[in-house]
Amino acid sequence: MSATTTPTSTTPEVEDHGLLRFLTCGSVDDGKSTLIGRLLYDSKTILADTLSSIQKTSQKRGLESVDLSLLTDGLQAEREQGITIDVAYRYFSTGTRKYIIADAPGHEQYTRNMVTAASTANLAIILVDARRGVLTQTRRHSILAHLVGIPHLVVAINKMDLVDYSQEIFTRIMDDFLEFAAKRGIEDVHFIPLSALTGDMVVERGESLDWYQGPTLIEILEDAPLAHSEHTETFRFPVQYVCRPQDSANPALHDYRGFMGQVESGSIRTGDVVTVLPSGLSSTVKAVQLGGEEIGAAFTEQSVTLLLQDEIDVSRGDMIVQQDAAPQARKEIEAIICWFSEVPLDRARTFLIRHTSREVKARLTAITHKLDVNTLERLPAEKLQMNDIARVHFKLAQPVFADPYAANRSTGAFIVIDESNNNTVGAGMIQ
Amino acid sequence: MTKPTPKILSHLDWLEAEAIHIMREVAGQCSAPVLLFSGGKDSICMLRLAEKAFRPGRFPFPLLHIDTGHNYREVIDFRDRHAAALGERLIVRSVEDSMQRGTVVLKHPGEPRNRHQSVTLLEAIEEFGFDCCIGGARRDEEKARAKERIMSFRDEFGQWDPKNQRPELWNLYNARTHKGENIRAFPISNWTELDVWQYIEREKLALPGIYFAHVRPVVIRQGAIVPVNVPTPGGILNVPKPDEKVIDLQVRFRTVGDITCTAPVESDADSIEKILLETATTTITERGATRLDDQTSDASMEQRKKEGYF
Repeated sequence: MSATTTPTSTTPEVEDHGLLRFLTCGSVDDGKSTLIGRLLYDSKTILADTLSSIQKTSQKRGLESVDLSLLTDGLQAEREQGITIDVAYRYFSTGTRKYIIADAPGHEQYTRNMVTAASTANLAIILVDARRGVLTQTRRHSILAHLVGIPHLVVAINKMDLVDYSQEIFTRIMDDFLEFAAKRGIEDVHFIPLSALTGDMVVERGESLDWYQGPTLIEILEDAPLAHSEHTETFRFPVQYVCRPQDSANPALHDYRGFMGQVESGSIRTGDVVTVLPSGLSSTVKAVQLGGEEIGAAFTEQSVTLLLQDEIDVSRGDMIVQQDAAPQARKEIEAIICWFSEVPLDRARTFLIRHTSREVKARLTAITHKLDVNTLERLPAEKLQMNDIARVHFKLAQPVFADPYAANRSTGAFIVIDESNNNTVGAGMIQ
Repeated sequence: MTKPTPKILSHLDWLEAEAIHIMREVAGQCSAPVLLFSGGKDSICMLRLAEKAFRPGRFPFPLLHIDTGHNYREVIDFRDRHAAALGERLIVRSVEDSMQRGTVVLKHPGEPRNRHQSVTLLEAIEEFGFDCCIGGARRDEEKARAKERIMSFRDEFGQWDPKNQRPELWNLYNARTHKGENIRAFPISNWTELDVWQYIEREKLALPGIYFAHVRPVVIRQGAIVPVNVPTPGGILNVPKPDEKVIDLQVRFRTVGDITCTAPVESDADSIEKILLETATTTITERGATRLDDQTSDASMEQRKKEGYF
């Protein structure tokens, strides 16, 4: 673990360990915003004038020290209330890795923001106040993070400075959490004692937590596996856009048909045999291009253009997949859904589902059960209200090509759109 | 079928792939998108990303510049040359035309015009029926932007409602609109200033000269460096006050905008490599140092965005 505290260097010899997206969540006053402020501050990317404007505001509020939480509370209403009500995104870099932090609000009524922030994260930091231990909200956030498929959880037991840096308290909270996690099938949890306020164990080890031998928070982040890096996945390429520049002056482009999209999982090389869905026709990849230039191969998360040997009709919403491992075409889906709208979800209305680049009309056919996100208890329900999470069945007007969410977060996810106002009203994970 | 070990994208490759994906979603979902191009460094990156996304085809959108009339000549020249070299259509709409129409009324003749771009932009949206404007704003520029969606919905008055944003999950973007409504799409939301410079360096992108260290006459006004006696087609801007002492200073601009409210920083960085080093070790965030108009109120960007500003 070198270079964790050095400012971003641009010398080409520095290894690039990619980009990690993580989520911070916790109850009100657990010190999330302070922790983020500390990460930014200690990784030396909080810049001088942002600080001076925060200093001014801190003084106005009669605070003695700089309030690091003012760094993340962005919207006017939030500043007035002193709380965070919407997901805020923050950035920092250690020079070897870039980080995108999604700061999710802790309030009960904002479950949808937590799910939103979790959807793109590969790691979640769950903050626990050392004085208060594991709370209902701690359990809820952990369950949600797990439900949305975040593979790595870090339980950060914060405010250790207020409990005399007691190892006993740390151990007790850890045991409490482990007992709960075991029941819910939550694995791969990392525990760390820290003080966001003083900075102990965030970036610097400090001197007050000598009994803790594990890595600092930043070391955990630097070593955390990135999305898609842990196992081999099958090739999935939803087509976003078809490039047909036949009207250009260049006759060489007359027959050009480029299928543009992002490799959602797996990899592809020129010469690979692929299948196009829904037609089911197979062809060989003639070229893998970026910006019109051949690059030979593409990996997960790369945006490229594929050219096929054969003239197959392909359009937006179709999916190019690995020939021997195509996803299932489904006209009925079972999913865990989180409902975001004040208008309830029931069986009366038709909605639009967007799955990868495909949009289909959908109707709810059954609610298997609602989930109590504090206990995971299953409850009967006739309709879903805002912030409800439930297991449901949808019937679709056309098939989608889906993998179970647990196997593939990209081809297992969908959003629900209300066509009357085009709002995004729900998010689903296919089972 | 090949099954190589998973490959980790470098952070720049990841950001590039995300931006391309977003641009293609706009092209796939919207019927009349437009890309805002000012000749500034962020929008220069956007054009390279559009090339990566859509070549060998043409861009599926024209370029639009809302010209305040308060721009550095060399940025405007660069804008025109760059659009022509790409062979893409550039539309220019001017705040001064809105002033003539009476839709923009200045409080006083010297008032900065950044804020008034909103009016001209909304007029252009109506004139061409654009349903999506693609812009180069980044979340690290300002606190209100940190919470804005990548596909940000605007009602028929161009207003952003921060309390009522569409949830944005995974990489499933919802750019749907009804007639008269509008989406602002921000493909480089997740980039920082440093990422932009790293990308410019990696892609060997050309920039207007004012981004590099150069000597120009300035005055120091309330701690900020103010360039003076700047020629524009409409006349000389930033005439120094009689009691101000004009000095020659080596400066560069970190952002280009209205001449009357964009301050340069003192710098001897005359190459992209030097700018990169300076940016990596800098102590001043981009807007705070260089936008004189953002300092007025803690929440002034949020206020302007609610009114339709980019």
